[in-house]
Amino acid sequence: MAGQASVPAAKKGFALPQVPKILVYTVGFIPAVWLFYAGITDQLGADPMRYLEQALGLWALRFLIATLTVTPLRQLFNINLLRYRRALGLLAFYYAILHLTTYLVLDQGLDVAAIVADIVKRPYITIGMATFVILVPLAVTSNNAAIRRMGGQAWAKLHRLVYVAAIGAALHFILVVKSWPPEPLVYAAIVAVLLGYRLVRRTTKRASPRQRPA
Amino acid sequence: MLIRRPADILPSEITPREIYLNRRQWMAGAAGLALAAGLPGVLSAATLNAAKSPFSTDEKKTSLEDVTSYNNYYEFGTAKEDPAAKAKSLKTSPWTVKVDGMVGKPGEFAVEDLIKSSALEERIYRMRCVEGWSMVIPWVGFPLADLVKRVEPLGSAKYVAFETAYRPDEMPGVDSFFPVLEWPYVEGLRLDEAMNPLTILAVGLYGETLPNQNGAPIRLVVPWKYGFKGIKSITRISFVDKQPETSWNKQAANEYGFYANVNPSVDHPRWSQATERRIGEGGLFVKRRPTLMFNGYAEQVASLYTGMDLKKFY
Repeated sequence: MAGQASVPAAKKGFALPQVPKILVYTVGFIPAVWLFYAGITDQLGADPMRYLEQALGLWALRFLIATLTVTPLRQLFNINLLRYRRALGLLAFYYAILHLTTYLVLDQGLDVAAIVADIVKRPYITIGMATFVILVPLAVTSNNAAIRRMGGQAWAKLHRLVYVAAIGAALHFILVVKSWPPEPLVYAAIVAVLLGYRLVRRTTKRASPRQRPA
Repeated sequence: MLIRRPADILPSEITPREIYLNRRQWMAGAAGLALAAGLPGVLSAATLNAAKSPFSTDEKKTSLEDVTSYNNYYEFGTAKEDPAAKAKSLKTSPWTVKVDGMVGKPGEFAVEDLIKSSALEERIYRMRCVEGWSMVIPWVGFPLADLVKRVEPLGSAKYVAFETAYRPDEMPGVDSFFPVLEWPYVEGLRLDEAMNPLTILAVGLYGETLPNQNGAPIRLVVPWKYGFKGIKSITRISFVDKQPETSWNKQAANEYGFYANVNPSVDHPRWSQATERRIGEGGLFVKRRPTLMFNGYAEQVASLYTGMDLKKFY
């Protein structure tokens, strides 16, 4: 009896108390609200614009990483957070918008010539901008209607672009700093592990049937 | 009924300036005595008397708080707030600077002797960081040229090499898992750059001895060059005949040259150097200002580089 009962429980995944998705968004936006409040009230140190810009970018990367942990958590630890993945992905996108807006408006003062020169000449800006562009179609199709319209397979294929975005975001972070300080390297390592896990799982899954003796 | 409000006058406005200053001097003296007696806990900043200088800018000074809380001093960590939080562990007294190499009078100089024997000046300089921000800092120091003359460089000496203290026990950043730079931090100047009257060894800022995070007890300030040329907590100055190695150049030669003159028309390979943000100006809504050739000191230093291709010798 106990065995029978455990089967559906295992399929459903680790029994986490379900919270409304709106709560994920609310909690997710706390850093942004605090950063803007602290920025306006002069609590972000000597270089508040740069602090805000970098913190928003970092939160975008963190939410992107959170999105990528959903699948391994389910497959390896049977913890199912699938119902929050869209919220996490969209939060990454919203923070990317705030990060980009801060760069365009507060950092560059909407100086179009300087911005265009940056995008063309500075690899880290080029990569950052490309990463944002990649996130746009993913955010636009992050709803049930889009999945229905596109069909599950095509939708899943498109959303694999999130792997490219994660690489772009990690690279963007590494290229903006002087020398090789630990923080961007740690984030890059986390992204590498999350993507490496998928690669390994894919190759072993493909290889295993062929390994069976005929 | 008449209700009197206390007058909005600061005590410092009532006390005559001389007496006020004397009192500070006396307190500094007392702190010195206490130090000499080996009492702990009195390592706080001491007042320095410094003459004004025609080289000072009259631009608005960056606040003491910003100057002492937003620092690059990687021996104490790579975050801007790390040095202020962690540099207290550096023991800056006693401190000697070893001067050696191609000089007639090499020697070890105690920092307190250098302070006593020099005519200290206040130099309010612009400081432009290679990262694209700037400050205006009232340094207290003396021309490096004064020290150079004292040690009598030989004719063969063409460059001056500098070295920062290397103390893993007191510097949490130097033995980190990710070595950001090769330690000790080293810098260098051409001898004529070292002799330029703008080049100073700073021992204080805002009228008091240097806080540790700003490079106590003695550091280099070369205002027409990017901030990383201003090597901190100097323990050794060597006179040499070949261009010395410099830390950031060793880390990434294509990004940080030996000269590192502030130059808006020569970009860092990864970012523009055309503009800068002045720290403390505008807060979140800081406006970029154009970066000036040689950080605005072209009149005094441009002649040092006549005929040189500054795109090649960046």
